Formats: sequence, structure tokens, C-alpha cells
Amino acid sequence: MPVRFIENRILLFLAELQKFAALAVKALRRIFSPPFYGREFFRQLDKIGVGSLFIVCLTGLFTGMVMALQALIQLRPFGATSYVGGMVAVTMIKELGPVLSSLMVAGRVGSAITAELGTMVVTEQIDAMRVEGTDVVKRLVASRLKAMLVAMPLLAIVTDTVAISGGYIIASGYHISPLMYWKSLPQFMRFQDLIEAVAKPTFFGFLIAMIACHVGLGVSGGSEGVGTAVKRTVVLASVFILISDFFITKIFIVFR
Amino acid sequence: MADGCGIRMERVCYSVGGRSILRDFDLSLDPGVNRTILGVSGVGKTTILKLLLGLLKPDSGRIIIEEEDIATLSEGGLALARKHISIVFQGGALFDSMTVGENVGYRMLEEGHLAEQEIDAIVREKLGFVGLEKAINLYPAELSGGMKKRVAIARALAADPEYIFFDEPTTGLDPIGVYNIQQLMLRLQGEGKTTLMVTHDMHTAFAVSDRFSFIHEAQLVFEGTKSELKESSIPAIREFFAPGKESLFRYVESEESA
Ligand SMILES: Nc1ncnc2c1ncn2[C@@H]1O[C@H](COP(=O)(O)OP(=O)(O)O)[C@@H](O)[C@H]1O
Ligand SMILES: [Mg+2]
Repeated sequence: MPVRFIENRILLFLAELQKFAALAVKALRRIFSPPFYGREFFRQLDKIGVGSLFIVCLTGLFTGMVMALQALIQLRPFGATSYVGGMVAVTMIKELGPVLSSLMVAGRVGSAITAELGTMVVTEQIDAMRVEGTDVVKRLVASRLKAMLVAMPLLAIVTDTVAISGGYIIASGYHISPLMYWKSLPQFMRFQDLIEAVAKPTFFGFLIAMIACHVGLGVSGGSEGVGTAVKRTVVLASVFILISDFFITKIFIVFR
Repeated sequence: MADGCGIRMERVCYSVGGRSILRDFDLSLDPGVNRTILGVSGVGKTTILKLLLGLLKPDSGRIIIEEEDIATLSEGGLALARKHISIVFQGGALFDSMTVGENVGYRMLEEGHLAEQEIDAIVREKLGFVGLEKAINLYPAELSGGMKKRVAIARALAADPEYIFFDEPTTGLDPIGVYNIQQLMLRLQGEGKTTLMVTHDMHTAFAVSDRFSFIHEAQLVFEGTKSELKESSIPAIREFFAPGKESLFRYVESEESA
């Protein structure tokens, strides 16, 4: 009995993965072919990008400050406090910036996308769109994916910048001059890290958009179904961001 | 029959999660013959409409629109078959991020063949038909249930279809709203549209339909005219018209034993 249960769960998971992959391929192909639904794209870009700016800045500011605090405690006994800028920068740009901003966006935007599409399914708006001859994947999924692929790396860069500035606020309390702080930034980094800093949030953005759309379009069972779906999106997106972060980091280390 | 395309369902089976919703279901629609499919809630009436539009795929059987089996078509191929048909969904299914005017003009705006003024003129004409020209700049959330359905009718008309499907158009409306919808359906028929309605509202069904189908436990149990339906001795139909003590809680019991 339990074996059978586990077998069923695995089969269900694989079937869903297959559907997810099919939707992702369809959406990616539709990004590059007209009509482009410019209005929908800019509406989404505004919602995703501009709408998340505040929360992402807040995340960056406090993460940068706490990182600087921790680093200074560690560095002080060695008289190496001048390296604090570099330490904050390297952890933020490679890890915390992309991951934390993506987690915030998964909670804020991923949930909203699932709720919106799920409601459209439940109220038969998706069916109505299909009857009217619209390619639903193109209009609803591709436009959101495109907006997310543009917005997410930009948001991560904002997070990094704010975090590094936040780090300086703390460092300045430890008699570190702006020049010292600034000069320590490149000491821990190489060019490849900057690629990592953009590649990670782009991939996380892909994950958030596709999971949110896949789960939203798969809603059944009325408004309760929408609620469950929203929860699923946030959990799945967050977990897969953390898992894929590990593997992307691995890949970058291999090519170092 | 008048010229125009016929629509047929042949031995269609459809199930959800192992439960059979339709079993060897046959249905035929002809231009000019306004049909109503009656049946209790949850019997699969909406499912029939969605199958006919290619929104759902049958497990087996054929669904033929203009000599073509749409069960085998891709989404792109379906667009042609759907040119003949529009649908008014149960809740209206208006796009709630768009105004009433954008909803009605949706297809024309998507296709982009017409200039904006031309689209605007058509939208106003269709909204005028349902008596809602004034609502053109409102959003669906600002409308009552009856108004939503009327906007949905205007949107369905914009595609100039031969057939218009109605999913429980009068459910949840007050008597005036019901009357409005009935009158609109009769006027549509007068303009040469063929209507297919699924409902459990038999008064409206009798007011607007020529022929009737009755679905019970996944199967078509009756097909005929109004008087044939009224005189039918089929128990399910008798009970539908005059529910008695024996119908009480039957639904609950059959659910539990299932
Ligand atoms: N997505 C779904 N998942 C599970 N069951 C469904 C789904 N859609 C429809 N059903 C079942 O199919 C049956 C027929 O549904 P429907 O065609 O909407 O009925 P009707 O329109 O006659 O009220 C219902 O009993 C419902 O429980
Ligand atoms: Mg229904």
C-alpha cells in the first residue's frame, strides 16, 4: 500500500513536471514572435519591477547593514576592518542579493500572478479568451515571463547597490572612510562574479514567472482552489530558488 | 434545413477523475432549430458546451462542426470552427481588467483588422442591442449580474456567429432580469441566430426553444418537442417537473454510495 502510494505520487509529480516543461517551452518560444502585447508587457513590468522596488530596497538596506556589522566583529581582531566593503559586496552580489530579492518577488509577485490567473480560470475568463481566438500562453504567460526576465536582474542589482550603501552606513561608524570602503570592493571579486550576479536573478525570475503561471492556470475548485494555489506557488518558487541557487553556484565554481 | 453549418456530437464519452460525466452522448444542432438541454445541476451541461467549443477534449467519440472532427484539432485549427459559435458563460466571464467597451470589442481589437472608430461603432451598436450603451466605460465589477450577462451577450454578438450558446443564462437573476434575457434571446433568433441553451430553468426553456434534450446520469434520455417533453413518462423527467418526497435527499445518498 505505501509503495503504491509513493509510486502514485512520483507519477503525479512527473506528469506535472512534464506539463510545466511544455508550458515553459511554449512561453519561451512565444516571447520572440509577434504579436508582442506591448501594453500588457509594460503593465506587468510596472507591476513586477516598480511595484517591488520598495520592498527590495528595504531588504537590501537591512541585509547590507547586518552583514557589515557581522563582518566588522570578525575582522576587528585581525585589524582588517578595511576589508568590510569587499566582504559585504561579494556575499551580496553573488548570493544574498539575487536570492533574497527573488524570495521577496516570489512572495509578492508570484502570488499575485497565480491569484490573477487562477481567478480567470475559475470565472471562465480563460475559456472566454480561448473562444475569442486568443493564444492564452502568449497573451498571459509570455508577457509576464518577459517582464519578469527584465525586471528580476534589475531588482537584484538595486538590492546589491542598496546593500553595499547600507554596509557603508555601519562601516562609517567604525572610522572607515568612503574611499577605503570603495577600494576594498574589487579585492574579493572577479569579472565572472558580475555574470553570476545577473544570471542568477534572471533564472530565478524565470522560475517565479513559470511556476506562478503554471499553478495559476491549473487551478480548479473555485475560490478555495485559488487560495491553495497561491500558497503552492510561494512555497514551490521559494524552494526551487534555493535549490537551483546551489546548483548554479556549483556550475560557476566549475568554470572558475 | 436552411443553409449553414450543422454541429453534431457522436457517441461522445467524457470523464473526470475516473467518474463518467457523459456516456455515448449524441446531440445534433441544426441552423434555425433552437434547442435547450435540460438537466439537474452537476449533471454535465456546462461540460457539453465546452466540448462543443473544443475547450475540453472528449475521451472518445466525434464532435463535428462543418464536416470536421474538432476533437482532433489543435488550438490553432479550432479557431476556424469557433468562428461559427459564440458563448455566453454562466457568470458572463467578462475580462475584469478591461472596460465593458473593451470586452465587447475584444476580438476585433485582437485581430486588428478594423480601425478604432469602426470598432467603436460596432461596440456601441452591440451594446445598444442589449440596452447598455451607457455602461461602455464601466468595469465589470461595477455591473449587476444581469448586466454582466447582457454585456456577455453583446460580446458574443460582436463575432457575428451563427450559433450562440447560453450556459444557464437566467440562473441567479430576478424576474425582470430573466424576462430581459428571454426577450434578448427571442430577438436574436428573430435576427437569424440559432441558440443552444443549457439550463434547469424550464420556464425560460419553454419560452425560447423549439426542441428539448434531457440529460440524466451521463446519458441523453429524451429528445423532442415541448409537448412530447411534458407528456414524457420517463421517471427522471417526471421528477424534474414535479419533485416529490422521494426526491428529497436522494442526491446526498447517491453521493455517499458513490
Ligand atoms: N475540473 C473538474 N474537476 C473535477 N470535477 C469536475 C471538474 N469539472 C467538472 N467536474 C464535475 O463534472 C460534473 C459536471 O459539471 P458541469 O458540466 O459543470 O455540470 P452542470 O453545468 O450541469 O451543473 C460535475 O458534477 C462536476 O463535479
Ligand atoms: Mg454549469
